[in-house]
This record gives sequence, C-alpha cells and structure tokens, in this order.
Amino acid sequence: MTELTTTEPTPPPTRRQRQAAQIAEAASQKIGWMLFKIALLAIVDAVALYGAFVLFAHREWLVLGLVIGVTVIVNWIYFSRKRIPGKYLAPGIIFLIVFQVFTLLYTGYIGFTNYGTGHNGSKDQAVSALMASAQERVEDSPTYPVSVVEQAGALGLLVTDPDGDVSVGTNEQPLQKVSGAEMDGGRAVAVDGWTSLTFPQVLARSSEIEALSVPYSDDPNDGAIRTPDGQSGYRYISNLQYDADAATMTDTRSGVVYRDIGTGAFTADDGTELLPGWQIAVGFDNFVRAFTDGSIRGPLISVTLWTFAFALISVVSTFFLGLLLALVFNNTRMRFRNGYRILLILPYAFPAFLSALVWAGMMNESFGFINQVLFGGASIPWLTDPLLAKVSVLIVNLWLGFPYMFLVCMGALQGIPEEVNEAGVMDGANPWQIFRQIKLPLLLVTVAPLLISSFAFNFNNFNLIYMLTAGGPRFGDVSIPVGHTDILISMVYKVAFTGQTRDYGLASAFTIIIFIVVAAISIISFRKTKALEELS
Amino acid sequence: MRVNMKGIIAFGAIAAVSALTLSGCAGSTGDESTTGTGADKAGGTLTVWVDAERVDALKGAADAYKEKTGVKVDIVGKNVDDVKDDFIQQVPTGKGPDVVMGAHDWLGELSTNGVVAPLELGDSAGDYLDVALQAATYDGKVYMLPYAVENIAVLRNADIIPAAPADFDDMIAKGKAAGLDQPFVVEQGAEGNPYHLYPFQTAFGAPVFGTDAAAGYDATDLQLGSEGGTAFATWLGAQGEAGVFNTDIDGDIAKQQFLDGKAAFWLTGPWNVGTAVDAGIDVAIDPVPSPTDKAASPFAGVKGFFVSSESKNKVAANDFLVNYIGTEDVQLDLFKAGNILPALKAAADTAASDPIIAGFQAVGADAVPMPAIPAMGSVWQFWGIAEAAVINGADPAATWSKLAADVAGAIK
Repeated sequence: MTELTTTEPTPPPTRRQRQAAQIAEAASQKIGWMLFKIALLAIVDAVALYGAFVLFAHREWLVLGLVIGVTVIVNWIYFSRKRIPGKYLAPGIIFLIVFQVFTLLYTGYIGFTNYGTGHNGSKDQAVSALMASAQERVEDSPTYPVSVVEQAGALGLLVTDPDGDVSVGTNEQPLQKVSGAEMDGGRAVAVDGWTSLTFPQVLARSSEIEALSVPYSDDPNDGAIRTPDGQSGYRYISNLQYDADAATMTDTRSGVVYRDIGTGAFTADDGTELLPGWQIAVGFDNFVRAFTDGSIRGPLISVTLWTFAFALISVVSTFFLGLLLALVFNNTRMRFRNGYRILLILPYAFPAFLSALVWAGMMNESFGFINQVLFGGASIPWLTDPLLAKVSVLIVNLWLGFPYMFLVCMGALQGIPEEVNEAGVMDGANPWQIFRQIKLPLLLVTVAPLLISSFAFNFNNFNLIYMLTAGGPRFGDVSIPVGHTDILISMVYKVAFTGQTRDYGLASAFTIIIFIVVAAISIISFRKTKALEELS
Repeated sequence: MRVNMKGIIAFGAIAAVSALTLSGCAGSTGDESTTGTGADKAGGTLTVWVDAERVDALKGAADAYKEKTGVKVDIVGKNVDDVKDDFIQQVPTGKGPDVVMGAHDWLGELSTNGVVAPLELGDSAGDYLDVALQAATYDGKVYMLPYAVENIAVLRNADIIPAAPADFDDMIAKGKAAGLDQPFVVEQGAEGNPYHLYPFQTAFGAPVFGTDAAAGYDATDLQLGSEGGTAFATWLGAQGEAGVFNTDIDGDIAKQQFLDGKAAFWLTGPWNVGTAVDAGIDVAIDPVPSPTDKAASPFAGVKGFFVSSESKNKVAANDFLVNYIGTEDVQLDLFKAGNILPALKAAADTAASDPIIAGFQAVGADAVPMPAIPAMGSVWQFWGIAEAAVINGADPAATWSKLAADVAGAIK
C-alpha cells in the first residue's frame, strides 16, 4: 500500500527551542579550551587595567582612552560566538595600527615640520635656553656667600660681600645694605624683617630661585646677582635682551637685533641665526628639498637604479635557488633529507646582523678567511672595489635569503597535486616543460605575494648594507658620504644625519616618498598577480 | 537556567583572575605614584642618566646627598650609544632627566639644541686639570662637570722592547730589529680613523682648527689644509706604502696582533689596557713618538655631567654636581669603575700612583680637547676617507687639498 507521506513544512523554531539548541551546542565544546580562553582574556584585561591606572595617575587622557577602547573591543570580539574573522584578525590589526599606521602618520607629520638639530623644542624653551646661556660673569667679580630669604611672598637674596658688608635685595629692589644680620662663619644667614629659607625649602622652590636675579645697584651695567646652588651667588650680566612683544632678541654688546621671521629661529638682517631655534611647520619645504637639494641630486639616480637592481636580483636569485633546492628535496628518492634540511635552514636561524658582520670579517682584503684560505692568499678587494662590493652584497643577501624561499617553495610544492604531473607526462611533456608551464605558474599563484613582500623588504634592507659595507666604497666626487652600495634608505640616513646635524624633517619626507614608491609597486604587483589566480 | 549560570561563572572567573593579577601589580603601582619623575613634593628626586658600568660608582655620592639634603638621587643606567640622542629628544618633552653623563664633544650639538644649562663651578674651577676645564667650556661658558680625561698613547710590550723609542723612525727600527714584520699597529678601517692619527698630524703643525683668544676652537680658522697638513699627507702616503699603516686593520685585528706578540707597539686608549694586562703582557705606556721634532699631541676626550635646561631641580643638580661629584672621593670611585684618569687634580695625583695611569697622564699633558663646535661634524665626514685614500696610494697633495676644500664647503 502506498502511503502518501507529505512532509509538512516545519514551523520556525520557537525561542525556547533556539535556546535549547544553543545550550546543546555549547555543551559539546570542551571546558578546557573555555578556561584557557578566559585565562588569556583575564591576563589581557589585567594588563589593560594596570595600564589604565598608571595612565590615570600620569594624566595621559588620550592614551588612556585608546587603551580602554581597544580592551573593550577585544573583549567584545572574543566573547561573542560569531565574528570569526574578527577573532583571527584582531591581534594582527591592533599591532598593524600601533606599529605601522601610527608610525607612518607620525613620520608624515614630522615631514611637515623642521624638527632637527637647532629646532628641537618650543619657542619658550628656546628663549629660556638663550637667556640662560647669555648670562656672563662680570669680570673680576668674586663669589658672594648668599642665603635665600623671603618677605611678603617675594624671594630675595641676603648677600655677604667679601669685605663683610651684608645687603639684601629682590628682583625688583637692588641690593641695599642692612645691619644686624646674624652671621654663620662668613655668611649672613638671617636678618630682621625677612624669613630665611631652609635648604630643603630652597630645593622645593628651585624654579623660583633660578629666576631670582637681584640687581647689584641701580646701574644695570653692574649686573645682577644669581645663585645656581642656593649657597653661593655670582654677578652676571646678560648678553641678550628679549622683547616679547616685538619678538626680538637684542645682543647688548654688538647691538644686533635678531627677529623672529617665521623660520623657526631668531635671525639677524644679514641672515645669521641665533641657535637654539624651535620647531615650526614648514609645509612642503622638506618634500621639495628632497628632490631639488643640490648635494643629493648627483648620486640620486645611480643610487635609485642600484636599489631597484639590488631588490630585484635579491628576490630572483633567492627564489630560484630556494625553488631549485625545494624541487630536489621533493624527490622521494633523496636520502638524508632531514640532515640536509637542517643544514640549509641554518643561515636563516642566525640573526642577520651577526651574519653580516661575520661576512664582513671574512671578506676583509688582507686578513679575511675567503682571501687567505679559499683563494690561498690572494688580495681580492671584495668590499672596497665598486663592482665587487655590489657582487658581495648580493652574495651575502642570497646566503641570508634562500632558506626562507626554500621553506616557502617546499610548502607550495606540496600543494600542487600529483595528477597534474601525471597528466603532463601522459601528454608527452619533458620535465622542463612540465616545470615551466605547469608547476611554475601554479607555484607563482601561491608564492607571488611573498615575492612582492620580499621585494619591498629588500628595497629597504638597511641592516645588510650598513653592517656589510656601510654604503661601500665612497663616490669620489660627491659632497655627501654616499657610496656605491648605498641604497635609497641608507642614503637618506646619511643625508639627514650627517655629522652632528640631524634633520628629522628631511629624513621623514624622504621616508614618506620611499614609502609611496614601494607601496605603488606593491599595489600594482598585487593587482597583476590577481590575473595569475585565473589559472587555478 | 544553565546559560545564565555559565555566564556568571565565566564572569566571576575573569574577575577573580584579574583581581589576583592586579594585586600582584598593586605593590609596584604604589611605588610608582610616590616616586614620580618630578619634584613637586618636598624632598623631590634628581634623575641622573649614567653609563651602565658606572651606576655603582655613583651610589656613594647619591646616598650621601640624600642624607644631607633629603633629595633622592635616582641613578638610571643607559646604553652608551643611545644616551645622546635620547637626551636631546626627551628634554623638550619635560620628562627628561635632570643630569646626564656624557662626553665633551657633545657640547656643540647640545648647545645648538638648547638642551643644556650653564654650570657655575665658582671657586672650584681651579681644582680641575686645565685640559678638563678647557673641554668643559663652550662659547666662553662652562656647561659640564668633568670627571675623566681620556687620551690615546702607545702601549709597548716591554718583554720584547725594553726601552722606549726616541721618535717614530726609531720605533719602527727597534721593532724590525726585534724580528717583527709589523712592529707598530694602530686601528684603522676602510673609512680611515683620523682620531688615532691626529697626534702625527699635530706633529706636522696642522691642527684641525685654530684657537681663538678665549682658547676655544675657531670655526672660521680651518688649519687642516695648511702646509703642515700637506707635509703630513706626504708622510702618511710614504708610511702607507711601507706597510706601516694598513686600512684593513680594524680594532680587533690590531688587538690580536699585539696580544699575539706580532706587534710590539699599539697606539690605543686606556680602554684596551685591561685586555693587554690580563693576557700577561708587561705593558709600558709611552708618549706617541713624533715623526718630526715637534710634540705629537693626541686628542683628549673629557667625560663629564651635563644639567638639562628643562630640569625643574637645577639648584639641586648644581649642588650635587659641584659639591659632591666634584670631590676627590667620588672622582676616585668613578675612576675605579672606568680606569680613566680623573679630572680633579687631587684625584688625578692619587690615581697616578698606578704607573699605567701615570703614563697616560704624562701623554695627556700634551693632549688637546676634541673640537666640540658644530663645524667639526663636517670635518669627520671627509677626513677619514681622505686619510684612507692617501694610505692606499692616492696622491697625497691632491687628496689633502680636496679634503680641505670639501670641508670648507661643507662648513659654510
């Protein structure tokens, strides 16, 4: 008998049914992982709370807000059952923002200012530093034992002359003789009408005591008495006079007037600047200077060409060596694979810093291992000849980089299915054709992003160049210390940080320009590699 | 209902673990809020940045100062390479240290950036070695409290060469007579090392800058390219040809040659004496043998303490530096930590009871302070490379005059 079984459409689950399903699902998870997640989140929250307390005590409101915001978001993401992409991406994005995005934005900001040697702080700090260093001891003036006193809220100095005369004065009132002062050895320590400060009180009111400058007499040319340590006073006369309203500094000896003309330093009419100056925003000045400065225009082209060549050749050579080794290792008939694998990973395990220094020692022309032992006493100028230095840099970078490519290619090769190989053999292709037309394109799909990032890394591989050759044999006719193996970023370092001057504004502008170049290349390359994805 | 129970348990677990972790941190939070970095409380704190090796040497002075005045001296050990840049960057923020330990050739950069405050030595100025006081003065004002004077000299292996040589040629002759191929080593490098070759340059009468009336270096008087400079370059080229100077020899190779006995004379500073003595070599300190009849004056590097211009405790800083660090006991403590000649005359005499220190002191009597003016930075850029080129066979006169022209161009 046939029975017509009609399946009725099931009604939507009620709320209680949904809750029951959720409980059942939750109960099927292991309790251990749940506790582990709670423990990790607890540590993160505890650290964030501790940080919040410290920031609150130091009144850093902006950072406090950021820390609380990030903690709330992290808790919100990890406590929900959904938001799986968020759970994977959250730590990466937080670190990206803190270490890359923030650094980039701050560097960009500095690129628009003139921060550097001579423009280190704010205008007030520059003015106070100038005034402090303008104090000169009046010639042939002695040391005066002093005590700091106070009357009606104003600080004053009780000064003992070498002849024993005691006088007292304040910032407004020049020294006037007093009698009946209490003496301690050769120093007057108290007088009627004034309260003497104890040494701890002097230390607590340090900033007021620094500003204490008691005129010696009514004649300003006699100078004023100041005390740097609260116990001895000296007579000073100031070389500079500051007029806050007119924003000028006047040199009292020569009469030259230095004006604030908006360049971040007091400048005289003939162009001499009074340093220290202060930080100001200079708009696009630094960016313009990066391209037009006479001293860098000479080597700029050759350094740029070498940077592109260095990055490209490094990527290509490391990739093909790594790929070759990975293909060899892929063959199941090879023996001692594990042993060889460990040997090949060793260069990757050493810190690159250390390796570069060791190679620099080995390539020393007179005493290096390579010349003495491998070439039997030859004197090959590995690091001092312009062309050989470039070759040496590429060799060392190959040594440092191929294990990474080897690992990557091994993994990528495992991902290529065996049927592809068999299909190729059946179609009558020889191994080279199989490699070139089947394996390589499939490989490149996976490996292309890594190649692009390796290019970007080597474009800015400052460590290797600096540790191995320090920029290499210098260009003979250039006025900045740039050499044949300098890449853009090490040239920027030398231009911005020459000798004692550090021009952070110019260096930041250069860095942003290099970033734009590398980012543009990366974006274009990523777009093009999307075309490769069509193949799979 | 189980869902709510689970939520409550989870929340409770987090609260409990957080509370436990926080209570562990509570102790340190408490400490942090009482010390702080400013001196807005009675007693206050003086923050002093010191090289990592000398932290212990200052503990005595710090404790004595706290006892007398109630001001706590917070000594922070810093890495030598980072101190100068960190100091310059942090002072404008108001959160930098009050006192920093450094070298006198920083003064040009520190003063241009407005980060140091003048120091008043008062009557104690005469207690310091002349070269120390000269180095501590910039633009006519004293900015640094000196504690050590460092200069290079020749270390002689007294086992191989018992007597001191009379001049440069005598030194090479004595070494060759003792059967050594490379009797004299000095640290060089692919980019040269003009610091070590300076005594020979002054022996030919070519200091870098001339001095003005106030005994400070005059940036407009570049004497590098004078006749003496060309004579020096010619001599340097000849010595390079003869193999006496070699740009492939760096600090480690030079040290190894001296320790192995392959070289009997090593031009280096007090920082290397310990290694030589520990290797069992009988080390004698000789003045730098001069290739001419004038004295060979090496550079003197004077180390000292600077006061930050944004310090809120300048009174305490001045008091601590002049009246505590400027005393014989503390200068000798610092000497024990670093083995460099103290800057205070009394302490220097006490330290000179060690014949090696006495040897460096004798050389230091002729030493000239390194120029701290900003123009010196332009000199360092080109100087070493020119000397390395001359040693390796470039035409001395042409290279030297190009050097002088490049430096003059860079200074403007």
